[in-house]
Amino acid sequence: MIVVFLAMFMGLGVAPACAQATIAFQVRGDTIPEPLVARAADASNGARLMADRHRSLCVLCHAGPFSEPHMQGNIAPNLKGLGSRLSAAQIRLRVANIKAINPDSLMPAYLAIADGIDIAEAWRGKTILDPGEVEDIVAYLATLKE
Amino acid sequence: MRSAGLGAALLCVLIGTARAAEIPAAQRQSGSAFMSEATRAMQADDTSNPGMLSVLEGSALWNAPAGKAAKSCASCHGEATASMRGVAASYPAYDERTASPIDLAGRINACRQEHQGLEPFRRESAELLALTAFVGNQSRGLPILPPNDPRLAPHLALGKEIFDRRRGQLDLSCASCHNDNWSGRLGGSPITQAHPTGYPLYRLEWQALGSLQRRVRNCMVGVRAKPFEYGAQELIAVEIYLNQRAAGMNLETPAVRP
Repeated sequence: MIVVFLAMFMGLGVAPACAQATIAFQVRGDTIPEPLVARAADASNGARLMADRHRSLCVLCHAGPFSEPHMQGNIAPNLKGLGSRLSAAQIRLRVANIKAINPDSLMPAYLAIADGIDIAEAWRGKTILDPGEVEDIVAYLATLKE
Repeated sequence: MRSAGLGAALLCVLIGTARAAEIPAAQRQSGSAFMSEATRAMQADDTSNPGMLSVLEGSALWNAPAGKAAKSCASCHGEATASMRGVAASYPAYDERTASPIDLAGRINACRQEHQGLEPFRRESAELLALTAFVGNQSRGLPILPPNDPRLAPHLALGKEIFDRRRGQLDLSCASCHNDNWSGRLGGSPITQAHPTGYPLYRLEWQALGSLQRRVRNCMVGVRAKPFEYGAQELIAVEIYLNQRAAGMNLETPAVRP
């Protein structure tokens, strides 16, 4: 199955009720096969972002080898060794829009514009991260091998 | 409530709350059960509990004559140890005059306006928190006993709906964490079950006493949602629901929390 998210956002496709999308990327199965930006990904920036409680928020829920263990959450899967379990293309969709895989997921969609209720004005119409940041995170997570 | 896109929103709600299950009564735990031994000890000892300073300030305000008639709270209510015992355990309650629910801080302000002829204290002001803590402290050790008033039913339902509904840029509901993941840790801190057992309480993170409304607004900001205004009917509805959800649990006011 190939879904073009930009088309959904523009109303050209039949969007499900909770469709959230704004960045153009192609979904194939449980992957986004192509990188989200043309430039080379920066895994070291990805590592820095993973540890950032305020911008990426990842460590609020996930543990892994990217920040102080006592500051990490445990309500989402531990990301240690993630690169051995999932391909970069699979990781890319999970970071960009986990809800395309599991609509019930607690994890927010990082490259979708949230369309729920009561979104604070400062965040309205914005994605949590930009495509380059997601690509950097994907590059970093793919290096986490068992 | 907004009605635009209600169908789509309802579908999202159904999906968003698919996992939410209420906590069985036997598994309910106050926030104090999740704290360190040191923080529990700080709360338990009145000489080290920083919230007791506000209770003392509240006691002074209770007895201080104010307004044109120079009446104090005590002028009408007498000794709070007798007249206020158990009162906080049954708030929010239904207010006949406004035909809407009122929380304890709102009741104190209403009394101040009607009987002392004074301007209401600002929400979250030191004075209002102190008086609320003082009245709340009179119920310490007593079980939360929500009023059995059918007029509160729609507000209770609204509170539950707000609690269960995902919101904000992060698309999370109160229930996402506090029903489904209360035994987990968020950024290293215990999530807890969100039972309002000790408000107003002294939060070490705030370095101050604060209300349940402040705490709920904190979480709303955390999920990047627009928080309800202090005193809003929505926040009082959430208080009503949380009290119902915690019915029978003992009050600890003034609690200490990390």
